[in-house]
Amino acid sequence: MFKKILIANRGEIACRVIKSARKMGIQTVAVYSDADKHALHVQMADEAVHIGPPQANQSYIVIDKIMDAIRQTGAEAVHPGYGFLSENRLFAEALEAEGVAFIGPPASAIEAMGDKITSKKLAQEAGVSTVPGYMGLIEDAEEAVKISNQVGYPVMIKASAGGGGKGMRIAWNDAEAREGFQSSKNEAANSFGDDRIFIEKFVTQPRHIEIQVLGDKHGNVLYLNERECSIQRRNQKVVEEAPSPFLDEATRKAMGEQSVALAKAVDYCSAGTVEFIVDGDKNFYFLEMNTRLQVEHPVTELITGIDLVEQMIKVAWGDKLAMEQKDIGINGWAIENRLYAEDPYRGFLPSIGRLSRYRPPEEVVEQSHVVRNDTGVYEGGEISMYYDPMIAKLCTWAPTRGDAIEAMRDALDSFEVEGIGHNLPFLSAVMDHPKFVSGEMTTAFIEEEYPEGFQGVELPEPVLKKIAAACAAMHRVAEIRRTRVSGRMDNHERRVGTDWVVSVQGHDYPVVVRADHDGSTIQFEDSALRVTSDWTPGDQLAVVNVAGEEVVLKVGKISGGFRIRSRGADLKVHVRSPRQADLAKLMPEKLPPDTSKMLLCPMPGLVVKIDVEEGQEVQEGQALCTIEAMKMENILRAERKGVVSKINAGAGDSLAVDEVIMEFE
Amino acid sequence: MKDILRELEGRRESAREGGGQKRIAAQHAKGKLTARERIDLLLDEGSFEEFDMFVAHRCTDFGMEKSRPYGDGVVTGWGTINGRMVYVFSQDFTVFGGSLSETHAQKICKIMDMAIQNGAPVIGLNDSGGARIQEGVASLAGYAEVFQRNIMASGVVPQISVIMGPCAGGAVYSPAMTDFIFMVKDSSYMFVTGPDVVKTVTNEVVTAEELGGASTHTRKSSVADGAFENDVEAMAEVRRLVDFLPLNNRDKAPVRPFFDEPGRVEESLDTLIPENANTPYDMKELILKVADEADFYEIQEDFAKNIITGFIRLEGQTVGVVANQPMVLAGCLDIDSSRKAARFVRFCDAFEIPLLTLVDVPGFLPGTGQEYGGVIKHGAKLLFAYGEATVPKVTVITRKAYGGAYDVMASKHLRGDFNYAWPTAEIAVMGAKGATEIIHRADLNDPEKIAQHAADYESRFANPFVAAERGFIDEVIQPRSTRKRVSRAFASLRNKKLKNPWKKHDNIPL
Repeated sequence: MFKKILIANRGEIACRVIKSARKMGIQTVAVYSDADKHALHVQMADEAVHIGPPQANQSYIVIDKIMDAIRQTGAEAVHPGYGFLSENRLFAEALEAEGVAFIGPPASAIEAMGDKITSKKLAQEAGVSTVPGYMGLIEDAEEAVKISNQVGYPVMIKASAGGGGKGMRIAWNDAEAREGFQSSKNEAANSFGDDRIFIEKFVTQPRHIEIQVLGDKHGNVLYLNERECSIQRRNQKVVEEAPSPFLDEATRKAMGEQSVALAKAVDYCSAGTVEFIVDGDKNFYFLEMNTRLQVEHPVTELITGIDLVEQMIKVAWGDKLAMEQKDIGINGWAIENRLYAEDPYRGFLPSIGRLSRYRPPEEVVEQSHVVRNDTGVYEGGEISMYYDPMIAKLCTWAPTRGDAIEAMRDALDSFEVEGIGHNLPFLSAVMDHPKFVSGEMTTAFIEEEYPEGFQGVELPEPVLKKIAAACAAMHRVAEIRRTRVSGRMDNHERRVGTDWVVSVQGHDYPVVVRADHDGSTIQFEDSALRVTSDWTPGDQLAVVNVAGEEVVLKVGKISGGFRIRSRGADLKVHVRSPRQADLAKLMPEKLPPDTSKMLLCPMPGLVVKIDVEEGQEVQEGQALCTIEAMKMENILRAERKGVVSKINAGAGDSLAVDEVIMEFE
Repeated sequence: MKDILRELEGRRESAREGGGQKRIAAQHAKGKLTARERIDLLLDEGSFEEFDMFVAHRCTDFGMEKSRPYGDGVVTGWGTINGRMVYVFSQDFTVFGGSLSETHAQKICKIMDMAIQNGAPVIGLNDSGGARIQEGVASLAGYAEVFQRNIMASGVVPQISVIMGPCAGGAVYSPAMTDFIFMVKDSSYMFVTGPDVVKTVTNEVVTAEELGGASTHTRKSSVADGAFENDVEAMAEVRRLVDFLPLNNRDKAPVRPFFDEPGRVEESLDTLIPENANTPYDMKELILKVADEADFYEIQEDFAKNIITGFIRLEGQTVGVVANQPMVLAGCLDIDSSRKAARFVRFCDAFEIPLLTLVDVPGFLPGTGQEYGGVIKHGAKLLFAYGEATVPKVTVITRKAYGGAYDVMASKHLRGDFNYAWPTAEIAVMGAKGATEIIHRADLNDPEKIAQHAADYESRFANPFVAAERGFIDEVIQPRSTRKRVSRAFASLRNKKLKNPWKKHDNIPL
């Protein structure tokens, strides 16, 4: 076996690979840019080599720099992770030329599948069903419009070298096709250094289901069943699961066998993924093949018990696969939630900065459930603007889908992330969404269910009551502590009352709190809830047992109560004495300041250009300016017709969140 | 007998009515609570003991004798906040617009005299149209009587003012001399002369809110120390503040049970200081991670944000924190931040509250604006305040401590008890670039040589060890163990005794 391997990647996937390598007794070498000097993967690896400035195109994707690091450390093989050089034929070839093993498929397979146009042709030849579309390359925006009309709207405009949602646009009309072509091209050029674009029919009501394949260098290829990745936002996967709640055994088998056929057609070895679009009638169409380890591979590992990274390393070494297709089963159900540094309340815009708090849930492996968290960050670490905004991949496994979802809900509730905007509340919301729970989702799920973006969650009454009960008990503890301050007047101490009113999400619950030696009973008007907890004032995570069920709350401070985050909701809970509650009702409701006549910068970023001038009249939907953040160009548009009265920013300006870019009359 | 008791109840009932249901409704319609409702929220339930409930004015001019309501527009007395005694007066806008008469002032003076004598804070809830014009000079005299007591109480018992309605003209000077002023957003304003007079005299058109609203006084003028959303929140937050404060200048800072390990290690602090010396970071994270239970009561949050002031607890005991904020103006000292911090330091010293100073200061802000504004004397205020303070003083230098600003920020030389530095600290006269350009002026035209000199300077001085060699830094500590080190330092200083030479009073450069 290899003695030392180099991981040509960063973040959680580098850490993930290091874990398997370590398990196999293999030494690891990390590479890092200036921005990753203190990154977790650097700390975990046995050796680390600095490879340049933060920008990936000057460090992680510069083949020469990786080759230097290999020579310097004597690594015998390279695991490329995903992204970066993982599907770069030239890199695989460069390794081959130096006699270093590439822990991945042969260069020829990468080349064949790396180009979406070639891969589609090959898939057709291998008998895999494909989506109609235009296979040629497109010159300019006008041609894009012409072809889009031929294929028929809606169309998908894609970067040939794209992946992970970058360089992809859906167009429903000529104007969007023109614009989508341009922005895809720009993004593709920035992210991949390859701006070739193609167009295909956009299948509506689709599900995204993919097949994991695994091959060795001896001609064996297996399929490790499917993953359903339909919960996507702008074609970026957010929630994945295995198996799919949608597939039947026959479809699974057909998809698996076609995938194997395709892999064999290109002499595939190592781990790979064949992506399909599946329509409501279980017709499936080949989308693309990813010739690398996929981000969401853990769910497959959890249901098959196979360590994919370990298999990849063994295959690269030349080992034969130790199992056959009949050995591959589906054990239980696994779900992955991707935690992104994206603010769901601000249209999922990227958020960067310091993780002032990062406490993932405890990882557990039990008969009843598994919690696994693949991450590349730590408390006090930095989410930088240079790379993917993914913070962690939280996975749960349980014997049934329902239990796996429940385990995920609990894990999300106890996942603490502060300092940056993140999508934890959104993930919680999805885990509770009836369509997700029933398994009836399509790739349009987020677009359809959250058309106005994510506004938070309204919790159902029984859940609110539990939270109210927990808060009443916590408030009592906090108030009693306050009465124990020094300097009080002997014999005239404050006695903390038993009657309180808990106000949350528009409800006022009068309660009587009766405390005893091991907890308290919260008497509501119509019922009573028993509350026990170890919570003490200042704890930011409260595990509270309410009426026999555990509730996990993130607890923050607000005046006269708590900020409670749980199950995707972000609540202000006030606990007041009856007198305080009566008087609080007299307080006027204050509306937030009117910012409707202003364009606020939705995320920290750089102004690329301002598209309008002062005094100019703009139409609804008209582009006003472009902000670049996390390598993505975001076009900000007019929400309604109006006249620009003042512009406060110019191209090149670096803006903070909520800075006023321009004002309207 | 019963009739007599009933009559007392009747009179009390009448006093509690204040200006009557109609005016109470009007007060509520403005989003304001009545004087008594506010007291209910401020004090522990059932703890209020009223004084002078039946006091009425003695004015006979302008037909005033026809209306002599009980209480005369102010409710006064004492009660407890979490069992600790406080005196309170609460002006009643429903009675003559809360205007201050001779008797109204006498009521306030009575409780202030008692507060000074008995050693308990005074909390004033201000909601008054101003002087009772019908009483003329008697009303003005009343103000001055209150002022004199504010001055006598200053430094003896904490004085807190909450502006919960209008507070204009001479009335502003009583709150102005108290320790803290809080305002209620949208329903309070303070100014010496109102918008009408301003317009007549200067032709300036300005609204009451712009001239003296909560936003103006918390952000621009720094007259107010904080602002709250409404009356309910204001009273809850004043209660929270009182929990931090000693009752008088003979008391130690209060202690309460805490649920936080004094030795708590915060590994994330090891990465708080960014790689690049010019990249800002949020000093509040350090404050929150050092404090018990991440509980921080910030004073003047919206003013001179380049310095942070406020209260935390360590091992349950109140500690005042002063910290440079690198996020704003690189954390430099200037006129505003010096004034803000100086006043806070003096409050803490007056009331035996230990001081924790967190330093990351690149120096004083240069420029004509600062010099013309008198930064010399304003900066000296902070220097003076630190130097005269005899309370326990613990300082942690996280990054820059340059030049005179190093001296000012509770340095060892100003009788600092514990002066710690993180390994990232740079204690020097100035940054490497500036220093080299002065020391090696001859090489100014040779960028290569200058770069070399700068590098030399950096390796020699951009660290805490030069200062540590001289004992100016007592110990270089790991960022992660800051809470533990600072807690232990204060624990060791619990019996600190230090006295300044006798003087009538000092002559701080006002």
